[in-house]
Amino acid sequence: MASEVVDATAPKPRGGRFCTVCNERRAALKRPKTLEQICKECFYAVFEDEIHRVIVDNHLFKPGERIAIGASGGKDSTVLAYVLSELNIRHGYGLDLFLLSIDEGITGYRDDSLETVKRNEIQYGLPLKVVSYKELYGWTMDEIVKLIGLKNNCTFCGVFRRQALDRGAALLKVDKLVTGHNADDIAETVLLNILRGDIARLSRCTSITTGEDGPIPRCKPFKYTYEKEILRSWALNLLFTYAYFKRLDYFSTECIYSPNAYRGFAREFIKDLERIRPRAILDIIKSGEDFRISTSTKMPEQGNCERCGYISSQKWCKACVLLEGLNRGLPKLGIGRTRGLNNERNKDMKETNGTKALQSKQFGTLDF
Amino acid sequence: MSCNSGTCESGCYREEYSGDDVRHDRPLVTGNCQESNGVSSRGGDSNSPGLCIKCKVNETIVSTHPAIAAGGGDCIRFCADCFRSNLFGKFRFAVTSNAMISPSDNVLVAFSGGPGSRVALQFVHEMQHKSQKNFDASRDRSLPVFGVGVAYIDESIISPIPSNDFDSGIDEMKLIVSSLAPPSKQFFVIPTESIYSPDCAAGRDQLTKLASAVSDVTGKEDLVEHLRMLSLQKIATENGYTKIVLGTCTSRIACHVLEATVKGQGFSLSADIQYVDARWEIPVVLPLRDCLSEELNTLCNLDRLKLLLHDGSFFYCQDSLRTIDVLQQPRSGINGLIASFVKLLQQENPSRESTIVRTAGKLTPFCFNRIPEVGDDNGHLASQRRQKKYNLKPNESLPPESFCIICNSPLKKTGSATFNDIDNGETRAAAACSSCQYQILPKDPSSLEYFYSLLPRSMSARARDGNISHELLRDQIKDYLLSDSNDGT
Repeated sequence: MASEVVDATAPKPRGGRFCTVCNERRAALKRPKTLEQICKECFYAVFEDEIHRVIVDNHLFKPGERIAIGASGGKDSTVLAYVLSELNIRHGYGLDLFLLSIDEGITGYRDDSLETVKRNEIQYGLPLKVVSYKELYGWTMDEIVKLIGLKNNCTFCGVFRRQALDRGAALLKVDKLVTGHNADDIAETVLLNILRGDIARLSRCTSITTGEDGPIPRCKPFKYTYEKEILRSWALNLLFTYAYFKRLDYFSTECIYSPNAYRGFAREFIKDLERIRPRAILDIIKSGEDFRISTSTKMPEQGNCERCGYISSQKWCKACVLLEGLNRGLPKLGIGRTRGLNNERNKDMKETNGTKALQSKQFGTLDF
Repeated sequence: MSCNSGTCESGCYREEYSGDDVRHDRPLVTGNCQESNGVSSRGGDSNSPGLCIKCKVNETIVSTHPAIAAGGGDCIRFCADCFRSNLFGKFRFAVTSNAMISPSDNVLVAFSGGPGSRVALQFVHEMQHKSQKNFDASRDRSLPVFGVGVAYIDESIISPIPSNDFDSGIDEMKLIVSSLAPPSKQFFVIPTESIYSPDCAAGRDQLTKLASAVSDVTGKEDLVEHLRMLSLQKIATENGYTKIVLGTCTSRIACHVLEATVKGQGFSLSADIQYVDARWEIPVVLPLRDCLSEELNTLCNLDRLKLLLHDGSFFYCQDSLRTIDVLQQPRSGINGLIASFVKLLQQENPSRESTIVRTAGKLTPFCFNRIPEVGDDNGHLASQRRQKKYNLKPNESLPPESFCIICNSPLKKTGSATFNDIDNGETRAAAACSSCQYQILPKDPSSLEYFYSLLPRSMSARARDGNISHELLRDQIKDYLLSDSNDGT
């Protein structure tokens, strides 16, 4: 990963490599998406302009809307926060922007990245709200992992985060949530859904906006943005800040609890694919958008959780089921399909693939 | 955004999704067990280990042929005979439920020498042979026996093969085809360049120029495949064949699903992966669609070993499912990457290929993905009724307006057909899919005209004349059309 940054910073003394866009300045890097030589200024310009086009062409926002930016402190959400606040001013979107961060309570991981978000709050002048698992659910991920071990911990975190984001968004009284999911993420998800047989998710996972029929719609302005370009943008930005060397650690940090092997397969494959043909990432997304999927694919009926009122297709929302399990020392409650389910309370959970409600369909399909 | 560690301790996704996801710590239970192979797995517990769970008499393959029972799966459950009949059962089911072969058909089997087409050829022959026996035994001789021919497309001008290997490979194929008699079968060995003209030298020259005009490795490989289909179509049309049989198996389709996805061909994907593809002049059928390459390999190995064990010497026998390895070409570029990827996934979970194909099978097919109904042949209406009916909505059942001139994939109505820069009034400029535009057609406009001139007529004719269904439609309504001079334009 460090070599990515070196690529951008290495001076190009061998003469004559000029930016193909402005033809004035020296090229500083090769654009990952198009492989054209480009200088820093033009790269920023074209990067930001493409995002602006995506926002406008897809009618993502309306003037006067309050927008929460899901901010993890990682490179995607940091760049997203920066770019959105820039474009908001430059093009007069008229948006009220907020940063929304989720504290899962993972020592040594989340507490570090939260520092970055707090810095973003100051740097970009965007009010920050932090919602923690502890205050919402009474449990931190550290405590959960201590109880259930390293199996299925991602299940808990994913379910809790989804609700946490919605609750945080509700507390901020925002109209929409934006997340930093990029083209690589979406391409991976398309592949994963094909590999795992999830045709229903496959039909939704390329939508730039999801959850319009729920309380808080979510959109992904980076849908067509290559991860490598976000990386370059972020890295270039850092070079000129005093905190450069300290911050470099963050983007190579992954959640300490989450070896998600399956996405790893897809990720590796996409990296290899990108090397042969960079545009393939966007081609995957295009395929995802073009798949002929019958619109009569069954959607779950939308009701409300009896326990907490959150949107749910079952009697209890998934978070409540999982919490019940935690509080009663039954770590397998709500996990998998037939194992360890509580019959008295949730007979219906047994029949459903419990994880269908895991990433409650009405709220889109991707993890934060 | 997502995490990327290599080890999996949480297993969080593995158990939670599709019903065929299998835990990798129980390698004996594979996705196959849940598929329709007619055998219930519940009997497993009451069986003695090592006995076939179907006939309960013979030993399982893993006992009788330990060398080939590498992958587990059916080798652990079935004996050699039941394994074979299971596979043939899948073939026969595909053929009957999709009305692939009717008694009046002449079927051309595409033979590459690989395991898929070898098994397809074998099974088609066995079906024909049985049909012949029934015919001979019946008194009224009412149901004719379908004919079978075999074709090998020689692509050596593009991907050279050492001439010794080539000659011995072809000889072996000839021997195989001649051993599959009665009834006897014609065997065609046709070079790709013959789609241009009967004059081999001119055809070779044009084909070489065409191939070298494609710079993208994957594009070239795909173009060769498209030419292969055109060659098969030509042989079939010129020799009176009414169906083309391909030995495409589940594994190959799984690869194609991913190939089409990464090339941006999500819209047309469902057209290529059904049992029947009737957009061509001669419909193409895939009777081995439900068989895994591993099963087909095992079958070929089984019979080959039986041959060797028999008396140690090498002799040709009707049962020998030998494959011609020297003629097999590995895939390269993106297709090669995907082949390795799928292999890796399949190793990690033996039901992965099936899951991929099942997912893609849920995509809506096209109106041409079934055998066209022939109303005048009363005796065969029963087989028509048995054919799979897709519930297509009215707008989905309309024929696509246009097809890509290179790969013949149905084009989405909005915009994917437009060319980025050509505006010289040529209507044919519009008719290529975005994938072929990128990986096959030349980038600069000035080379485009030249490239078009290199295409075989059967390809460029698609552009000139529009697609077939428009012609047919026009034929039907021509009596009602006003002539051009009447409408004032």
